[in-house]
This record gives sequence, structure tokens and C-alpha cells, in this order.
Amino acid sequence: MTKAKKWDMWVIISLALLGLYILFMLYPMLKLLINSVRDESTGAFTWRYFEQFFDPNHGYAYTLVNSFKVSIAATVVTLIIGVPMAYLYTMYQIRGRNFLMVMIILCSMSAPFLGAYSWVLLLGRGGTITKLIKAWFGIRLPGIYGFGGILLALSTKLFPLVFLYVNGALKNVDNSLLEASSNMGCKGLKRFFKVVIPLCMPSILAAGLMVFMRSLADFGTPRMIGEGYMTFPVVIYQQYVGEVGTNYNFAAAIAVIAVIITAVIFLLQKWSSNKFSFTMNALHPIERQKPGKLASVLIHVFLYGMVVISYAPQLFLVYYSFHNVSRTGNIIKPGYSFMNYRTVWPDLGPAVWNTLRICGGALIIIIIMAMLISYLVVRRRNLVNNVIDTMSMIPYIIPGAVIGIAMIMGFNSGSLVLTGTAWIMVIAMCIRRMPYTIRSSVAVLQQIPITVEEAAASLGASKFKTFWKITIPMMFNGVAAGAIMTWVTLITELSSSVMLYSYKTITLNLLVYVLVVGGTDARACAASTVLTLFTVFTLVLYMRVAKNKELSL
Amino acid sequence: MNVEIKITHALKKFGDNVIIPDLNLNIQPGEFFTLLGPSGCGKTTLLRMIAGFNSIEGGDFYFGDRRINDLDPAKRNIGMVFQNYAIFPHLNVRNNVAFGLKERKLPKQQIIAQTDKFMKLMHIDEYADRMPDRLSGGQQQRVALARALAIEPDVLLMDEPLSNLDAKLRVEMREVIKEIQNDLGITTVYVTHDQEEAMAVSDRIAVMNAGVIQQIGRPKELYQRPANLFVATFIGRTNVLQKPLARQNGQLAVDFGGYLVPMPNLSDAARAGDTVQASVRPEEFVITDGKEGGIEAMVEFSTFLGLNTHYLVRLKSGERVEIIQESKIDDILEKGSTVRLAVKGEKINVFTADGETTLISAHQEV
Repeated sequence: MTKAKKWDMWVIISLALLGLYILFMLYPMLKLLINSVRDESTGAFTWRYFEQFFDPNHGYAYTLVNSFKVSIAATVVTLIIGVPMAYLYTMYQIRGRNFLMVMIILCSMSAPFLGAYSWVLLLGRGGTITKLIKAWFGIRLPGIYGFGGILLALSTKLFPLVFLYVNGALKNVDNSLLEASSNMGCKGLKRFFKVVIPLCMPSILAAGLMVFMRSLADFGTPRMIGEGYMTFPVVIYQQYVGEVGTNYNFAAAIAVIAVIITAVIFLLQKWSSNKFSFTMNALHPIERQKPGKLASVLIHVFLYGMVVISYAPQLFLVYYSFHNVSRTGNIIKPGYSFMNYRTVWPDLGPAVWNTLRICGGALIIIIIMAMLISYLVVRRRNLVNNVIDTMSMIPYIIPGAVIGIAMIMGFNSGSLVLTGTAWIMVIAMCIRRMPYTIRSSVAVLQQIPITVEEAAASLGASKFKTFWKITIPMMFNGVAAGAIMTWVTLITELSSSVMLYSYKTITLNLLVYVLVVGGTDARACAASTVLTLFTVFTLVLYMRVAKNKELSL
Repeated sequence: MNVEIKITHALKKFGDNVIIPDLNLNIQPGEFFTLLGPSGCGKTTLLRMIAGFNSIEGGDFYFGDRRINDLDPAKRNIGMVFQNYAIFPHLNVRNNVAFGLKERKLPKQQIIAQTDKFMKLMHIDEYADRMPDRLSGGQQQRVALARALAIEPDVLLMDEPLSNLDAKLRVEMREVIKEIQNDLGITTVYVTHDQEEAMAVSDRIAVMNAGVIQQIGRPKELYQRPANLFVATFIGRTNVLQKPLARQNGQLAVDFGGYLVPMPNLSDAARAGDTVQASVRPEEFVITDGKEGGIEAMVEFSTFLGLNTHYLVRLKSGERVEIIQESKIDDILEKGSTVRLAVKGEKINVFTADGETTLISAHQEV
């Protein structure tokens, strides 16, 4: 091969992608690392921020412990709820199973902090249920704030993820495996623990990691409902925004600690899931049985009950949004109207537009880059593309708050200033959500035989034309389904954008957050209802595109 | 159309792993040429080097006078048919067939005419508007062939095109392929591991093993006069017996334990007293009625297959051999019965002790 030939279109794309990753991910992360060990006034090297964090008296190490406690608890609880749900859903005939599935998907789509917020409105100090119970029974409910509240909000929000993962795994379990085990005398509960659980272990581990990582990195929930119970993403935000005095370098140090911890957990999970790696493909899916009368009632109560617990608080927000309120917005008045919608209208318009342009822009960039990267990774393995592959997966283990702070450190000064612009939010969103879309694109592309592209080449199509006319159309359906789910995570993104937004780039989700923090509950509910409409609409679109295909996470 | 393919000193490596060390090949214009060999022998690798999907580490590849080593696959003007058909799943039959023509930016009318012509030729014109997922395997294969031929390529390359079809369709499609190739007279390189399929379609066959061409020849030559033991065992079935050469009446003969089979057609390399590998195909044994002469053997197993009956017999010297006889109307030989075997000396082949070369002299015509 001649040298000139090696410089084809894909080499240029490889190098361009590498450049983008270095500029927009490695560089800010490097700055974060440097700032964490640099004295803010003298600029000299120092371990002082790390020492400050781990200081037994005035340090913040306890927030890490808190984060771990609540994340482990949430993981355990979601597994205890989600795995049996998926098992019952697969094994037995359920009335309205499609509706149930749609509702569970919808539960998994709502903005993380909205769940916590709706629990506060229901069970908080001035909560509706709290007041009702006090009025009727004279009993004062124990406070919902702190560990219990975070756990409640996280568990009800995240068990759908476990359900969807394990449900997917159970679809690949062949009925004959269950029949064989009953044949050998292993039935019922024993079979559930000895056969079903081990068969689903890879998915259970993956779901567990997902729940754990999301809980650990969640900023909105502990912020809404945690109060004195501090977790580390909240500390990063506080150190940064300065509710108790800003300290960028200290925030950077906490961020570095957070990344190290999540990296260790990720590697542990990888190591443990390697021990459980096998492939299954069901020729005969599990046949659904008809449960006994009593069992049937219990199963339905359990499945629908969990969905109600998870989603009813959200509906309560919708109801609350029609309450009349005082002029300042924080005192409830009798009667119902659209007044809250009218009040937030001037903010709502720009917020919707920002949501569309910022999240939409990010989505387009994510889809294009994910397709290009997956093509390079699957079809053109070489050193540069392996580096891109590895780099693109790094954000998977970086909490959103850390990406937010790294973005600011990278781009608030110097030759490329982006803070305050929509671009910085777009970039943060792209970095955060790219890994998921890349993984699903890679999976789609691996299903497509390379000979189809070779056929196009042999018929005279150039490399670019082959990619454009053959590869992209063939990938598109699979990628589109994943992209719609990505869209949901983009419009509900909070932990990084809360540090990056300005009044010009406030999105719908941020608007809800700002209104909640500002204490104007009914108006926040009005904005959140609009956001909920967005997710419902997205789900409808998803079901159109995916048709009978399975939900991919 | 009708170009010659010339390959000299082809070298293929994957990393440090040499797949094809040094291969030379001339394919005549309009010839139906098959690369045949066991899986992993390098036949598909070689085909993909011709197509341009594998890099070429050494040697020269020519289509006619044109050296194609560094030519982009898109510019080689080849038609390729893949093992999994590689039909574009998002395009209907017509657009699949027209794909290459559109890439060549022909006038619209010509594209339609050419597409129609080849869809008719392959009998898929009635499915023109169907999507590929609604076609059977055989229909998809026809689309793949029509698409490859529509661009009127210089060379048609086929990579195990029939291996995904069921046995009956395979026979039907290989006749279709052979007929079309004959009509169009296009130089064709065909890869398969199925020797019967290769024999059925090819003008000439190259038998490959471990990246080396063992023999090139017409189907009849390969079967009747294989160049070495590998070809003898790979093409058709055969019994390999290690026997000494003896001299009888001034002529060399193979000594089957006292039964001497005269071999007037051996080359000068053969000497009396040498141990050789004798390849005797199942139909080259004759079960005789006589009590004397021939090789004494005992029937161990028999299978009646209609036209023929297969016997597995144990020679007195211990080897087990397979024999095929035309079925007779009287009873099949009983298990345990003793028989005497004659050998059709003019048909059998004799190889050096290492099996590398034949001892049949080269001017023996077949």
C-alpha cells in the first residue's frame, strides 16, 4: 500500500474525534486534577485539600460514607423489589401487562429530583398527607428528610431499571431450563434462587451497578430531601456555588476522590461480572402460567402497587399545579385554575426553546459521533481508534457534578471561554451521555455483517457513499430507539447543568429546579407538568419507532 | 468482459502468520475457475485479495494488463456474491439490483432497462418491489447474483454462495449459476469446500491446502490422476494402502500381499523394493467369485444404498477398506463371509512413501 492511500476519510475522522476528546474531555479533567493539588492563592503544589476532606474533625469524609450508605441501601432495596417483579411479570399471566410495562418505562423516565420533590410535597413538614393525618388522627408523622427520604425517593425512582434489565434477561431464558429443573425436583422458590437468579446474574449485576452509580452520583435527590444528611455531590456543588463559601480547589479535590471511588467500583463490577459471563438464547421463551386466585390478587397488588407508589407522586405534582396560590406563589389558596401556568409562562417559553435547542443539539451531536465512533471501533480497529473507544467510555464512571466542575475549570478562562454559553451545556451533555449511545450503536453495528458493506464497495460505491447509503440506513432503526431514551436523560439532566446554566440557557428541568429551590411550589409543579408531558410524548414516539422491539437501556 | 486473471508470487500475512506463502495462478478469459479446499486453506483469503477486501503483502495481481494490487475495490469492476448474500436489507429487490448501476451514474432509462434484464434473467422480476426480508434463501441468492451481474463486471467472484441453501436448492442453483456463466462467458472465480459442487460447475479447479495450490486441473484429472495423496483423499473417497513395489516379468507392480498388480504407467522415480502409498478408490476394487488369486478379505459390514452397495472389508494383511459395488439382484454378501478382491490396475494411483508426489508418469493421458 502506498502512503497516500492510508489517508482516507476515516483516518481524518479518527484524528478529528481524538482531537475533540482531548480538548473537551481530557483537558478539563486534567485541569481539575491540577487544581485539586494546587494552592488557590500561591499556586504551589499541596495535599491540603485532600487533608481537609479527610480531616477527622472538620472534614467531609462522612459525606462519602453517607453516599455509600444510601447508595448501597438503594441498590439492595431496588433489587429486592425489581427482581421479583420481573420474575412474576415473566412467569404469570398479568392483566394489562402491556400497560404495566409502559407505566414502568414511564417511571424510569421521570426526572430524578422530581420524585424526591413530590415526596416532600406529600410527606414533608408541610406535606399534604402530613397535614391530613395530623388533622384526622392528630398524629405527627416522623420526618421524611434525611437517609430515609433519600432511600425512599431513590428506590421508587430506580427499581424500574432493575425490572427492565432482569425482564430482558428472563426473555432469554429457555422454558426447557425451567422444565428440566422441575423435572429434577427443583420447583417454586427453590428454583427461583437456584436456577432463575443465577441465570439472570449478569443482568442483575449490571442493573445493580447502574442503580449504585446513579444513586452515588445523584445530586437532585439528596439536595431536595436530604437536608442535614449530606452526600458528596451536594458538597461539590456547595463548595462550588458557595452557599457556605466557595472553594474551587477543594471542590476539585472532592471530585477527584469521587472519580477514584467510582472507577474502583466499576472495575470491581467488571471483574465480578466476568465470572458470570455466558450467553443465552431462548428458542422457547418462558410460558406464562395462570396463578391461583389468591396468588393472582397478590401478584397484581404487588406489581400495580409498586407502579402506583412510584408514579402517583408525579401525578400529584400535576394536580398541585392547578392549585390557586397567593401572589408570591408560596401560600395555597382555595380553588383551582391555570394561574400558575400563566405566571410561569414568560419563563416557560424560553425554557422550552432552550430545552429543544440545547438538548436537541446535544442529541444530534451524540448520534452523529456515536455512529462514527462505533464504525471506527467495530470496522477499523487500530491504536488511535482503541484510544478513542477507551476515552469515550471514561465519562461512564464520572459523576455529573464532576463533569460540570471540570467543564468550568477548563473553559472559564484562557483562549476558549465557554462558561455561560449554551455550548458548554451541550458539550457536558454530550460527554455524559455519549457512552450509552456508543455502546448501543456498537451492538447494532456488530449485528450487521461486514459483507454488506463489501458488496456496496464491489458495486463501485466509495467509502463515504457506502457509509452514507448502506451503513447508516441499516444502523438507523437500532440507534434511533437508543437515541430516544438518551433524549429523556438529556431533558432531565440536572447534576452537571446546574453548575453550567445561565439565565440565557435555562432549560425546562432547570426551571423546575430553580422554582422548587425558590419555594414557589405550585409554579414549580406547573413547569414540571410541562416536563412530564415531554417525557410522555417521548415515550409515545419511542413506542412508534421501536414498535414491538425491546427497550434497550 | 472476458479478462484474464494473472497472479504471481502472491503473499498473504495476518501479522506474523503467513496464510499464503507464494502462490501463482493463471485464470483464462471466460473460464469458470474454482478454488477448492478444506476450511482454513486460504481459498477465501485469496478470493478477497482478488476482490480487494484483503491487503496484499506481496506479489502481483493482474486483470488482463491492468495491475490491481493498489486499486480500490470500488474501481476493480468486479461482481461479488457473498456467502450470506449481503443483500441490502433496507432496499427492495429492484434497488438492490440497480445499486451498482446508480453508482456508475448511468442514464435513468439505461438503469431501468439493465435492471429489468437481469431480474428477468434470474427470474426475480415478479419480486421487484419486495423487501429482502420477504424473500426465501434461494430468491435472495438470485438477487445477489443479479446485482453482481448487472454491472457487467470484468470478473465474477463467488464466495461459497450455496452453502446456506438446503441440499435440493443447492443443486438447482449450481445449475443456474453454471448456465448463466456459460451464456455470459464471464471470467469467474468460485470458492467452495464442497468437492461435488466444484466438480459440477467448474472448467478447472485449484485444490488448495495450507495456502498452497496442490493441483490445478479439470475435474476428471483431479479425480482420476491426483497429483498427490492430499488431492487423492480430498477429492472423492479412497483407500490408502502402504504396499511395496515389486518387479514381475521386467515390469513394476504393486504387491498387495502376494497379489501383484502390474503398473506399466509408473515414472522413472519408481523402483522395485520401495514402499509406496497406493490409492485405490472404492469402485476400483472388484469382488471376484474365484477361490484363487486376488486379495483375501472378510466382509465386516454392508450397506445397501439402492444403486450401489457399500462394503467394509478387512484385508488379510489387516487393513480395513471400503468397496462400492453396483447392487446385484442376488443376496448381499453376509457379514463374516470371505471374499477375494481384484484391483483395476489402470485406474489406481501410486504415490511416494511421503505422499507428496505421484509416481504415475506425467505423459499418462486421462
